[in-house]
Amino acid sequence: MVDLIAKPRGRRAAGPPPRLDALAGYLETKPAAALQADNISAWFGDRKVLDRVSLTMPAGQVTALIGPSGCGKSTFLRILNRMHELIPIAKLSGEVRIGNEDIYAPGMRVTDARKRIGMVFQKPNPFPAMSIYENTISALPLTGVKASRAEKDFLVEEALKKASLWDEVKDRLHQPGGGLSGGQQQRLCIARAMALTPEILLMDEPASALDPSSTRRIEDTIAELRGEVTIVIVTHNMQQAHRISDQCAFFLASHNTPGVIVEHGATEAIFNAPRDQRTEDYVNGRFG
Amino acid sequence: MTTATYLPDYPVNGLDDAQPREITVSHAPVDQAFRQITRLSGSFVLLIMLLVGTFLTIKAVRAIKSVGLWDFITTQAWSPETNHFGIAALLFGTVTVALIALVVALPLSLGGALFITEISSGWAKSILTGAIDLMAAVPSVVYGLFGLVFLQKHMVPFAYWLSTYFGWIPLFKVDGADPKNPLPNDALYTSSSLIGGVIVSMMIIPIMTSMMRESFSRAPAGEREGAYALGATRWGMIRSVVLPFGRGGIIGGTMLGLGRALGETIAVYLILSPIFDINLHVLQNGGNTVAMTIALRYGEANDFTMSALMAAGLALFLMTMAINFTASAIIARSRSGADSEA
Ligand SMILES: Nc1ncnc2c1ncn2[C@@H]1O[C@H](COP(=O)(O)OP(=O)(O)OP(=O)(O)O)[C@@H](O)[C@H]1O
Ligand SMILES: [Mg+2]
Repeated sequence: MVDLIAKPRGRRAAGPPPRLDALAGYLETKPAAALQADNISAWFGDRKVLDRVSLTMPAGQVTALIGPSGCGKSTFLRILNRMHELIPIAKLSGEVRIGNEDIYAPGMRVTDARKRIGMVFQKPNPFPAMSIYENTISALPLTGVKASRAEKDFLVEEALKKASLWDEVKDRLHQPGGGLSGGQQQRLCIARAMALTPEILLMDEPASALDPSSTRRIEDTIAELRGEVTIVIVTHNMQQAHRISDQCAFFLASHNTPGVIVEHGATEAIFNAPRDQRTEDYVNGRFG
Repeated sequence: MTTATYLPDYPVNGLDDAQPREITVSHAPVDQAFRQITRLSGSFVLLIMLLVGTFLTIKAVRAIKSVGLWDFITTQAWSPETNHFGIAALLFGTVTVALIALVVALPLSLGGALFITEISSGWAKSILTGAIDLMAAVPSVVYGLFGLVFLQKHMVPFAYWLSTYFGWIPLFKVDGADPKNPLPNDALYTSSSLIGGVIVSMMIIPIMTSMMRESFSRAPAGEREGAYALGATRWGMIRSVVLPFGRGGIIGGTMLGLGRALGETIAVYLILSPIFDINLHVLQNGGNTVAMTIALRYGEANDFTMSALMAAGLALFLMTMAINFTASAIIARSRSGADSEA
């Protein structure tokens, strides 16, 4: 059985925090939460692309989703924070539970679910009309939260530090976010997602468009965030999955059938002692 | 085949003699033909503009000379026969009607465009999109007739209400209206700038909506999803992604609408009762525009009165150009149409 007990959240920016009344709800140290997907099936129109997938993503750990292209990893990830339903023809069944709450329950606001479960996309997507500073706290105006200048300054510094971007941008916070390098933009997107202290952070191939050193920095950032937030990451890079994850799930959609999880478990076991032949072939680069 | 690697030898330090070289491009014949044709059509458009401007100027000189430029701009009358005419009232009326049209059209087309791109979906979206584009192609005389036989009588009570309760604002005052009279005198309200402007607004709403919808729909999906993933409400997403991206479309659509409103002839011709004084009271009968005066007076024109009309046309032409250049300068500085990595 996986350990579902939340670990306390780690670091905070140094210095006495300013008054944060308006943001109290966001800044209280929320523990990382476990995420549980139960019997998730997904369709695009009439085509079923995921078939009764269940997976527990333990609190504070890094779970890597691996598998060949088109097997439904992104679809699964997007179901975890209700992005799937933005596609008009998309349907799904099953439950996604954070703690004991189903994020698809009628009483759960979709905006609340997404605030608790942040997401970083494959292509860095900072808001080009906003500065680095504004990008970092863009969640505030987007969700209609007002904050004072001091509160914002505090949030910006804290979030950028979490994303290991602070030192590189602290002198040009008010320049456009689009002027950063690809890797910096991606870390800005991580900072933006972390600004509201989500309990879970989803990442869909966050480093696939980046050079090796930027990739390294993203991986370091993930390592830093580990324990503080539950991370679910899709990656095609086996070494990366091996390096950064505690747990792996291998997805596969064999010829014209919906995707399923073939095998999942501790990363070491998936890479060194897989039980399914297909897993072994895949992690050793023999197909896919 | 050798398996060794190579280490390029660079010249000794400091011996950098690299110079940027001239690059000559030789295009394929198809490309060259295409360039010539597009260049030709481009120049043709410019040429027509220049021709119109020159033609108007030449024709207008005689009239403007005969009253003097200053008098021509400031006189509130149109009587070329007695050499007493000017465009003050005409320009004022033109701008008034156009502004009223914009005040009505801007919120409606902005809301409509946002509704189509952000809220409607499936077949409703396709039908609305098609309908708006179709409406943009309906000739203005159709709207004018609709306004004359239908809208006019339904606007009068609204105008009456406005003047009764807000008549203390000079803009909404109606001379001769008696608020205590329970049976308002409709004839005071029927041919006002307000009604003219509202009908003009109906003509420009489709084209404005269409342009705005187009620019909103191109807002990058990645940014939209980025906003939603942060827990944005739909309005939050629209405010920080769609509207900033669509700024060029909003301004462009508005300017296009304004341009049309300034030049609209037939609707105001059907509604307004022409006067040649500056009329601040938009609810009250009487107004005028340049386009309408040209249409009204064209038939009775001799050489000189024709020249006067040309001068009025020139003024309208210059004003529209100025507005359009301002607009394109603003659009050029905004991001619409560019890709998401600005
Ligand atoms: N918007 C969509 N409309 C229709 N079908 C889609 C859509 N998005 C994905 N699919 C289909 O769903 C299946 C799973 O796609 P998904 O993007 O989840 O795969 P993936 O595992 O993330 O692949 P990759 O590794 O290439 O990103 C694919 O067969 C794809 O064709
Ligand atoms: Mg994917």
